[in-house]
Amino acid sequence: MRRLHLIALLPLAAALGGCNFVVLDPSGDIAAQQRDLLVISTLLMLLIIVPVMALTVFFAWKYRASNTKARYEPEWSHSTQMELVIWSAPLLIIICLGALTWMGTHLLDPYRPLDRIAAGEPVPADTKPLDVEVVALDWKWLFIYPEQGIATVNDLAAPVGRPIRFRITASSVMNAFYVPTLAGMIYAMPGMRTELNAVANAPGESRGFSSNYSGAGFSGMFFRFQALSDADFNAWTSEAKASEERLTRAAYLELERPSENVPARRFADIDPTLFDAILNMCVEPGKMCMKEMMAIDARGGLGLEGVANVLPLTYDKHARRGTVFGGAPSYVVGICTPEELATALTLSAARPASRDTALVRGAGLPLPALSGSLPAFTPISLPSREPRESLLGPRRPSNS
Amino acid sequence: MTETPFIEPSFLFGRFNLQAIPYHEPILVVTFLMVAIGGLAVLGAITYFRLWGYLWREWFTSVDHKKIGIMYMVLGIIMLLRGFADAIMMRLQQAWAFGGSEGYLPAHHYDQVFSAHGVIMIFFVAMPMVTGLMNYVVPLQIGARDVSFPFLNNFSFWMTVSGAVLVMTSLFVGEFAQTGWLAYPPLSGIGYSPYVGVDYYIWALQIAGVGTLLSGVNLICTIVKMRAPGMTMMRMPVFTWTALCTNVLIVAAFPVLTAVLALLAADRYLGTNFFTNDFGGNPMMYVNLIWIWGHPEVYILILPAFGIFSEVTSTFAGKRLFGYTSMVYATVVITILSYLVWLHHFFTMGSGASVNSFFGITTMIISIPTGAKMFNWLFTMYRGRIRFELPMMYTVAFMLTFVIGGMTGVLLAVPPADFVLHNSLFLVAHFHNVIIGGVLFGLFAGIAFWWPKAFGFKLDPFWGKCSFWFWVVGFYFAFMPLYVLGLMGVTRRLRVFDDPSLHIWFLIAAFGAFLIALGIACFLIQIGVSILRREQLRDTTGDPWDARTLEWATSSPPPAYNFAFTPVVHDLDAWWDMKQRGYTRPLAGFKAIHMPRNTGAGVILAGLSFVLGFALIWYIWWLAALSFVALVGTAIGHSFNYNRDFDIPADEVARTEEARTKLLAAGVNA
Amino acid sequence: MSASVTNASETPVFYEVDEHPHPEGHSTALGFWVYLMSDCLIFAVLFATFGVLGGNYAAGPGPRDLFDLPLVALNTSMLLFSSITYGFAMLAMDRDRKAQTQLWLIITGLFGLAFLSIELYEFHHMIEIGATPQRSAFLSAFFTLVGTHGLHVTFGIIWLVTLMVQVQRRGLIAANKRRLMCLSMFWHFLDVVWIGVFTFVYLMGMLR
Repeated sequence: MRRLHLIALLPLAAALGGCNFVVLDPSGDIAAQQRDLLVISTLLMLLIIVPVMALTVFFAWKYRASNTKARYEPEWSHSTQMELVIWSAPLLIIICLGALTWMGTHLLDPYRPLDRIAAGEPVPADTKPLDVEVVALDWKWLFIYPEQGIATVNDLAAPVGRPIRFRITASSVMNAFYVPTLAGMIYAMPGMRTELNAVANAPGESRGFSSNYSGAGFSGMFFRFQALSDADFNAWTSEAKASEERLTRAAYLELERPSENVPARRFADIDPTLFDAILNMCVEPGKMCMKEMMAIDARGGLGLEGVANVLPLTYDKHARRGTVFGGAPSYVVGICTPEELATALTLSAARPASRDTALVRGAGLPLPALSGSLPAFTPISLPSREPRESLLGPRRPSNS
Repeated sequence: MTETPFIEPSFLFGRFNLQAIPYHEPILVVTFLMVAIGGLAVLGAITYFRLWGYLWREWFTSVDHKKIGIMYMVLGIIMLLRGFADAIMMRLQQAWAFGGSEGYLPAHHYDQVFSAHGVIMIFFVAMPMVTGLMNYVVPLQIGARDVSFPFLNNFSFWMTVSGAVLVMTSLFVGEFAQTGWLAYPPLSGIGYSPYVGVDYYIWALQIAGVGTLLSGVNLICTIVKMRAPGMTMMRMPVFTWTALCTNVLIVAAFPVLTAVLALLAADRYLGTNFFTNDFGGNPMMYVNLIWIWGHPEVYILILPAFGIFSEVTSTFAGKRLFGYTSMVYATVVITILSYLVWLHHFFTMGSGASVNSFFGITTMIISIPTGAKMFNWLFTMYRGRIRFELPMMYTVAFMLTFVIGGMTGVLLAVPPADFVLHNSLFLVAHFHNVIIGGVLFGLFAGIAFWWPKAFGFKLDPFWGKCSFWFWVVGFYFAFMPLYVLGLMGVTRRLRVFDDPSLHIWFLIAAFGAFLIALGIACFLIQIGVSILRREQLRDTTGDPWDARTLEWATSSPPPAYNFAFTPVVHDLDAWWDMKQRGYTRPLAGFKAIHMPRNTGAGVILAGLSFVLGFALIWYIWWLAALSFVALVGTAIGHSFNYNRDFDIPADEVARTEEARTKLLAAGVNA
Repeated sequence: MSASVTNASETPVFYEVDEHPHPEGHSTALGFWVYLMSDCLIFAVLFATFGVLGGNYAAGPGPRDLFDLPLVALNTSMLLFSSITYGFAMLAMDRDRKAQTQLWLIITGLFGLAFLSIELYEFHHMIEIGATPQRSAFLSAFFTLVGTHGLHVTFGIIWLVTLMVQVQRRGLIAANKRRLMCLSMFWHFLDVVWIGVFTFVYLMGMLR
């Protein structure tokens, strides 16, 4: 690996001192492993690319029409040995690369909890990863630190050497969360949660940004990422704690509105249920959370009565209008009290044959939260400090 | 964000009003004036020289595959200018917007520019040019007199034009999408893109898509049903093979695009919830579906280019193509595999590791047949006698450039590497590397190669070489910096930058774009000069390159009926075989030839489609209803016309062939 | 089929001297078949969409609240009967019996209309009680899939009427026979798609 680092540095040395090849020279362990894979794959392919390019030039020069001394065999068009070589050479490279890919992809799966801080330095058994909840807003980033009880806008910090677990979602459109020094990118999608496990290995300041175009303010959607020593991180946290602002639901709804080139902001206190509500798209009062909705849907919906369970949308981030033929925009009304929810679920549970058909419709996995009896079911609107797994688990991207 | 004012649709004009005309944007006003003056000059010239009747009779209503092929190429070249203007504007903006400068394009405009650039270059430059070449060459190569459905061919072309005109209209009436070229929801949904931009996108692609699909059906039937006797599948020229695979891909991929855009349109017009955040919609399904079309689309473009390079290499190396059979199998394997890789466009969506590695590895597997093809061209050159005419120069440039693009492509197929390179300028550099280095170089090689067949004179080599060097050098200057920038962690579609160390690379890229502009200029000059010097460049033989396949057996340009007698094929290189074994041209015994009749129905239907699209975009419902009824009515009316064929009388065939005999004799004497 | 070139007995035949023009419409069947397969892909996308979104009722009504199986069964039988009667029309066409062909075509068209009317009644009923395409992703997918099939049937009927006029005017000439054959493929194709709709949307929906 050491030698690879040197090779990776070659272009850096060769070119232009001022340039920062962050992808080739990241400080985070995950990004460094991704870089290694990139470099190894490139070298592997150069094994075949370089000879092909050299042969192209050589043949083009040697067999030019003016070189009448070169052999000319107009009818020669087949050679079984040659065919074997030209199919097996790329095949061999791809077998190596494929094996590398399979291992690398599983090893560097962003969902996988880290097992090492750096090469040869496993994660200590008692270390709990730092949780950061990331929300891509129009056009800024919100970072919620549930453990510290603070939140920031466009300002991310983490202690060096402690694994970080990002949970990522978006409020309106798709973005991608990317800190090149730390780890590769992952999409931030509304109503869905992605995860990224990474670790910062050296103190320093760098940039993170959205790497998926998301509209007019996209270019200004970057943030500062600081890898800090433990002491500095604590100082940074207490600085945020000293802020006047608090991230309530109302403050979030205000923050969520589109704005561009937003300066860093800090919040001293957070609503602990906020991220869950953002993920389930029910920050707005009265709106039904997606996990509630999915739980109800899994039991066959609310029946014909559910048809009327919508209200016109009075609030939205954008001045949203309805479609020409679709009428005004609306939303599904949440079921306000736990009793009402329980009643609704009992009603839908009373309907026959809703649960035993998973095999028939090939729906795959059973829904664990629902297979239990109803009283065990905890209403979700009760606030709680524990980051609680939702009823069904958050929606993962469709094809996972 | 520029808020578009809410317009209560009126009955007469829908949501169209004067504010939709961007007269307050100087760039657009100047562009409009230039287009208007240029357009008026062209229209005036046509009127002055009384060419309307000629154009209508001989070209617009023509069902001759050769003329339709040429019209496709003209459309592609015109749209190339528009798409390239967008590219230059982007390069300028990105080279400008440093050190606190906002550049000269506001987000509202810049976001339209990069969306339009992608849409135009793929759908209205690469697609028409590829379709045009296939249309021109395939029937000649298989010894046929036309395609299976000549009227449909004309209709397909005009539908493509109709879509292109709709995109151009968006420049001056309203706006284009600000969503990127694939218009991912929810950004492209009504909530975040409430105005006409995305609607222009949807309807332009739907209309052009009908044309593409039908032309795919048409060429499949042509290749399957109309080959000359003796031409078995394994005696088909490689270009025809790649055309067959491409059209199979078109027919199997474009319906997916049609369906997914229809669903997006339903979301935007009817308020359905396919790709919305609320009410159980799922935006990621759009991303999956559009790439199920989108990845095969890449091979739709590149396979014919591979075919062109195969023809060019064996012709200019004066040698049989090495490994024909493995070439064919490689093409077929690529065709099939192209459906199994779509997810590599969004590894970062967060699918599990097993899913990601599956799609990563299938992607890599495609490089095996592609690599085999590369070696086949290499060994075709081996022990050949290579004449470095323009098409061959492009082929060598392609081989050197494309392997780099292929390598970076495989790199991006490694999911962990993709996590750091996805959506970066590295990715942008990669796909330009394969599309310019592969598709575009292939198209230029094809144009230079078949131009003498289409017009009877070669292209001027001097300006061609100028164009070639500007293109190749310009490409490296324009896109190698983007690889570098990608490794510096710069992502695509950014409008302003604040890191000064990036600046130099954007300046180099802008310089490269300027060189490419010179390359395009030289290409146009080449065409102009060649037309002026056509007598010096004249080819009377019909076979200026000492080529190998059937299209060179007939005269240049070929007569309307292509072949006076249908050729009989004995060998893969049919024309080479004929030349080797003492073929003599028949001079007598001509018969009347049955040919399809020209019709204006295609132009009318496509025109009505344009009106329908425009009315739907602007919510002008009465016009939409009217044009729809007219569309159906015209189609039905056309079906009542049973008189679609005529015979070219035998003595006319004899006269045409007589003229060629004289020409050939003159060529021998000269 | 091809005659030898006169002057050179040892040179192979390089062109057909005595050729017959391709029969008109010789690739129509293949072309139409390829088109149908592309259409089939559109339905495939819509089925896939329904498969993904079919369970997302957005806390609204599900299939068991909305579908009236006896009605849909009646509807299905209409379409199946129309396929059979179209088959009879083709048999009559093969025997060159114009009047009989037309009669069967009329019956086919009437069955098609009945199918459409029942479908429209079903849609109307659902929209009236508030189960509109906007209410949930399930309903969006349902209305789009079934509606696209309905639109195909509508165009099929327009085409059928057009063909009947053409047969009336020109008789069962080769061109018209070819067109009737294309429409027949189209009609049976819609039938097959409907079997899919009936099974996956309605029957499986009731099991959800």
